[in-house]
Amino acid sequence: MKRTIYMYKGFERIWHWLQAALIILLLLTGFEIHGSYELFGYQGAYVVHIQAAWILLGLLVLALFWHVTTGEWRQYKPTLKNLDKMVRCYMVGIFLDEPRPYTKTPETKLNPLQKLSYLGVLLFILPILIISGLGCYFYNDLQAWGLSVGFGPLAILHTIGAFLMLTFLVIHVYMTTTGHSPLSYTIAMITGREEVPEDNRVC
Amino acid sequence: MDCLVCHEQSGKYKKFPTACGHPAYEEKKFGGKVFEPVDLNAVAKTVGKPGLQNCGVCHFFGGGGDGVKHGDLDSSLLSADRDLDVHMSKEGANHTCTACHTTINHQMAGRYYTEKAPLEHRMAMPEDYGNRISCESCHGPTPHETMAILDDHTAKVSCQACHIPRYARGGISTLMWWDWSTAGKFTDDGNPIVEKNEGGRPTYHTMKGDMTWAENVVPTYAWYNGGMEYVTMKDTLPKDGSVEINQPLGNYDDPESRIFPFKYYEGRQIYDAGADRLVVSKLFGPKGSGAYWSDYDWQRSVEVGMAESGEEFSGQIGFIDTAMYWPITHMVAPKEDSLQCAACHARDGRLASLPGFYLPGRDRVSWIDTLGWSLFVLSIIGVMIHGLLRVVFRMARSKKQ
Repeated sequence: MKRTIYMYKGFERIWHWLQAALIILLLLTGFEIHGSYELFGYQGAYVVHIQAAWILLGLLVLALFWHVTTGEWRQYKPTLKNLDKMVRCYMVGIFLDEPRPYTKTPETKLNPLQKLSYLGVLLFILPILIISGLGCYFYNDLQAWGLSVGFGPLAILHTIGAFLMLTFLVIHVYMTTTGHSPLSYTIAMITGREEVPEDNRVC
Repeated sequence: MDCLVCHEQSGKYKKFPTACGHPAYEEKKFGGKVFEPVDLNAVAKTVGKPGLQNCGVCHFFGGGGDGVKHGDLDSSLLSADRDLDVHMSKEGANHTCTACHTTINHQMAGRYYTEKAPLEHRMAMPEDYGNRISCESCHGPTPHETMAILDDHTAKVSCQACHIPRYARGGISTLMWWDWSTAGKFTDDGNPIVEKNEGGRPTYHTMKGDMTWAENVVPTYAWYNGGMEYVTMKDTLPKDGSVEINQPLGNYDDPESRIFPFKYYEGRQIYDAGADRLVVSKLFGPKGSGAYWSDYDWQRSVEVGMAESGEEFSGQIGFIDTAMYWPITHMVAPKEDSLQCAACHARDGRLASLPGFYLPGRDRVSWIDTLGWSLFVLSIIGVMIHGLLRVVFRMARSKKQ
């Protein structure tokens, strides 16, 4: 008999998958605009990129509102406590099947390492992308307001942000396989119900 | 400038090539062509507003023949279809030249050698200044209805850059290369040589040298604020054996400058190799006058030409490669034929070598790209190794049990 916990609420799941689709679309079209390959055609890539960006911004505002009003933002409060244990778990324990250091519950979904990396995305990668992206989009207006920032630096900053986001995506997708079973995290994010070990303890 | 050439509508008023602007008043021949005496009275009775023909009879034939000089002006515009020119074609706006080249007291709006062509973003309507020469005069600075991003381009990109995707599109070729240094060859029995291409254009002519012609030409693009800098006979030429005789003024940082299309017209011509200056050579005149087209002696031709124009000449001639920028502004294509994004937003697109700015799709900082893609690949390799190790250790454990 499998033990499952109702881990992710409806909003979280919809938010997650919509955000995932938008970020993948933004990466695909963004690197085409960057000239790395041809997929949608430049115009198509541009149009999709801008629309996806606006939808994502709207979604982020909505998610921010949800996290503030539900108090769920507290899940992201960073802590250095037990961080070393998390690192050891991913580097050693996960191979040797050592006892897992973290108890995952709906109230404490994120382990200390996760908190740090998601905060990094939220406070570093996303602001880089959003500020430089808006700067590029409203570049003529920036000039009109007398802000003398070059288009090149904005575009280059946006590119750097995109590479960081792409790398985050790779690692994030891989990390979903580190649950109780390789698919348990993914299934949890789809159905809301997560298959957990007897003791609730994970990396 | 006479009244008739611009205003007569009979089409019978023709200037005689060597009569300094006069028509033939009695029957005369030039180059095997008969010029009938003109009936000035009858011609004068046809005067009206200038049509395409009035302007075109000179401006379509600049440089000695149909479409030779400009590339965006030739006789195909007289019967242009919409594909060739949305403004001048009958099924398009059916404009004549003076719709844009408006006049105030017979002063034509346009660009002159000493004056910038107006590029300012100025609307003529509803407050009509009388000067409608720029696209914006009628279309305004933000004319794109479907995509806002296109209007964002107009601060830095001229309308012409996208809306004239190619020039010389009307089936009439334009001169792209003129090598004077090969002129003056004759057949063994002393006859001049004329070789023509399938379009009837001379590719070699004893009087002129080698020539290259082209149709449907992709323009050369440059930053342009409406001003030109000219190299004249007063200027010392660079020592590297080539010179751009005129250069569009402007750059990315100049708010008046926009990316503009040009015909880049190249050639090789005689110059003063001792003083490194351009020269006036005498081409036309009777035998023995020193005129090149009679005597075929460059040395003499330059000596006489410089003497007659009161200029100094070192006595040493040579040939120098020259180039000119001719602004392309006519032959505006239908909007569906205008350039698509990727024409310029590409690694090796039309603006591949235009300096001074970051162009998405063209530019990148290569070390950032290298670093970024390395990070991507390393992260994939990293998680694959991590995953593989998990599998290996798990198998080892289950074997033990």
